[in-house]
Amino acid sequence: MLLQSGFDVALGLGLLWVAWQALNSSDLFKAIVFFIAFGLLMALAWVRMDAPDIALAEAAIGAGVTGALLLGALARLRASNAGETTMGQAGNGQRRFMASRRLLWIPLLLMAAGLGYAVLSLPGYTPGLSAQVAANLGASGVSNPVTAVLLNFRGYDTLLELVVLLLALLGMWSMAGPAPPPSAEAAAVLDGLSRFLTPLVLLVAAYLLWVGTRAPGGAFQAGSLLGAAGVLLILAGWRANVASTALSLRLVLTAGPGVFVAVAAFSLLMSGQMLKYPPAYAGILILIIEIAATLSIGLTLAGLFLGGRPRGERKSP
Amino acid sequence: MNAAVLYALVGVGLYSLGLYALIVHAHLVRKILAINVMGSGVFLVLVALARRGGEAGTDAVPQAMVITGIVVAVSATALALILVVKLAAETGYATLSGNRQE
Repeated sequence: MLLQSGFDVALGLGLLWVAWQALNSSDLFKAIVFFIAFGLLMALAWVRMDAPDIALAEAAIGAGVTGALLLGALARLRASNAGETTMGQAGNGQRRFMASRRLLWIPLLLMAAGLGYAVLSLPGYTPGLSAQVAANLGASGVSNPVTAVLLNFRGYDTLLELVVLLLALLGMWSMAGPAPPPSAEAAAVLDGLSRFLTPLVLLVAAYLLWVGTRAPGGAFQAGSLLGAAGVLLILAGWRANVASTALSLRLVLTAGPGVFVAVAAFSLLMSGQMLKYPPAYAGILILIIEIAATLSIGLTLAGLFLGGRPRGERKSP
Repeated sequence: MNAAVLYALVGVGLYSLGLYALIVHAHLVRKILAINVMGSGVFLVLVALARRGGEAGTDAVPQAMVITGIVVAVSATALALILVVKLAAETGYATLSGNRQE
């Protein structure tokens, strides 16, 4: 018990310290590396709070994909000489602003104290919705409560979330133009490593997808692993020979939201209510949605890392 | 004080640190980092408070909401980063014009 509380206190302080470093390191590269470390510590915190589903998503997306996106953006900013902060060359207005920073601590400390008081004043025990989730788990088609909430009880949220992910990619495609070419020949070690790791990652993703119906895992964790495999392949210089206009690419990208909408329409016809699956079919419907969503999430995340529309004329090695 | 309250307080701390960094830093990538840390703080508070169910374990509904939130956060981050990259390519600065000394 004492050991556990000690670990919790150390992890809490560690989170705050790493977050401070990520936010205030003078070198932006160092700040981003601290941010990735912060994501991994967050994953530990989720495990400590009995939320392994979130831990998996945080490690793959919060630390992995977000970190890769940040480093990719930093490389492109440095190419246009905007990668460093302007802290060193502070002008007059900046100096006046620095002086008012100390005053900023007062309202922020008051706010933090108020929020902390609000947290402490809450009742120590609230069952929340656990009882309702447990009571309806049998009809949901899966036995992992988090997957049941994500894809059955609150399926509407998840459907819109898939649309948000697709919108981010469309926004990037419309702004960024064609993707930058691979920077240079990848080092032999990276190339070899990507060839070893990619099949392994695909296997783990398929496992997480399958096991997600009854244990921690599911479409988001599996999809983000696929996205990570895509990031690795892109870093190794591999490019799929598909243009952004290719039908196959667009079909996979829209498979997640598309299949979800089709299932919503099916359930509307069967039970008269959108996304209210008939219990007899719930399990198979959820699995179909999850397979499509995994593919879409993986491809969208890799596409976001590509930093532009895929061009397609490049031959894959 | 139990672990749930401890992590909720850490979440409050992360949110406050992130808000401070969001205000004081001019570089837009630092602002994006700050918003991500603030988001993590909110998620931590949400799940830590859901942990108060005791024997029943952590409430699954806030857990699912946080997973949704993480995916939305990465989408928003990707879109914001490409905006910064485009802004820097156009103007040579990764800051907004009001925060710039010409």
